[in-house]
Amino acid sequence: MSLIKQDDRITVDTFLEGIWRENPVFVMMLGMCPVLAVTNSAINALAMGLATTFVLITSSLLVSLFRNLIPSEVRIATYIVIIATFVTIVDYIIQALSQDVYNALGAFIQLIVVNCIILGRAEACASRNKPVKSMVNAAGMGLGFTLALLCLGVVREILGSGSLFGLPLFGEQFQPWVVMVLPPGGFLVLGGWLLFFEWLKTRKQQSLAAEGVTHG
Amino acid sequence: MGSTESITFIFFNAFLANNFVLAMFLGLCPFLGVSGKLNTAVPMGLATSFVMLVSSVCAYFLNELLVMFNIEYLRLISYIVVIASAVQLVEMTLKKLSPTLFRALGIFLPLITTNCAILGLALFQTFKEYNFMQSLAYALGAGAGFILALLLMAGLRERLDLAKLPSVTQGAALSLILGGLLSLAFMGFAGLGAE
Repeated sequence: MSLIKQDDRITVDTFLEGIWRENPVFVMMLGMCPVLAVTNSAINALAMGLATTFVLITSSLLVSLFRNLIPSEVRIATYIVIIATFVTIVDYIIQALSQDVYNALGAFIQLIVVNCIILGRAEACASRNKPVKSMVNAAGMGLGFTLALLCLGVVREILGSGSLFGLPLFGEQFQPWVVMVLPPGGFLVLGGWLLFFEWLKTRKQQSLAAEGVTHG
Repeated sequence: MGSTESITFIFFNAFLANNFVLAMFLGLCPFLGVSGKLNTAVPMGLATSFVMLVSSVCAYFLNELLVMFNIEYLRLISYIVVIASAVQLVEMTLKKLSPTLFRALGIFLPLITTNCAILGLALFQTFKEYNFMQSLAYALGAGAGFILALLLMAGLRERLDLAKLPSVTQGAALSLILGGLLSLAFMGFAGLGAE
């Protein structure tokens, strides 16, 4: 149908691009709401990341299977209904597995529906590629998202409650930096991570430029 | 059953103490994306609050229906469909009434559908078992809170355009840190309503 020939090969890059080069949180700034809201402890961050990854992979599979059947006028609505179905499934699974995690995440499990990463993947990747390739890509994206959540969750839990995955790290005298587990901490820690990555990028560019000068 | 909170309490709770953007992290995408200039932030805030109001009312009646037929597991799917239709309604009304504004908002109008503040509002009012008037107050408060946060952010960022910054801090990182400071300020409202 389309004039542009699609590349069907699955390379390592299909998987890795979501983790580093196109990391949904740090590079594309998508799906910010759960990133900030549920990362007050590492466990919550991990649970949220895994739930989102599950929805990403399964909805990518379904969208990719039906990609030739869905008329393009109603595609967004169809994607949202597909995503909402899987989110309902995840919601019930988490409720069955652990009531504690379910209570901690609250409405944010159901809010996975409106996470732009998933709709973005459905539109940009799954609707144009074969099922296996879109699933690999979705898995990479999901992993990248989970890692980003963990980056925030770990920092906020260590600073804010002096523990990691619920285990206390410091002695009794540790005075927790409470603001880190409260809403402002989310903004500040994510801002800090972004500053760090920006600094790495500038340094890399500077060293590349310096090399160019010596060799040129 | 139901909640006994007074209507004024619900309004101010959603407006200040539990501001949707700064305390509950809902609707961050437009908060970071559209808050660059004041003259786009205002119409965006108004459009979003209007969709909030419409979808909150619809969600209330829809939930009654779902509970009546005992099919609560369809809640999420039906809510999102209602929100998508409400956004479509706003889009058509705006196109008819003010084509200039319609063009100015552009891509951000359809994106209201995936604004988690709206679905979040519908879900929270269901969890808290608010009655009709309480849901209305909740939606109005949340909408006003959203506009307030967007306005504050846009005002701050317009000022920042004139400031000299180190190159590393330009872009999203700075907006996030600004958001963090605003959020710290809003924590001061947390005592409101506590007896």
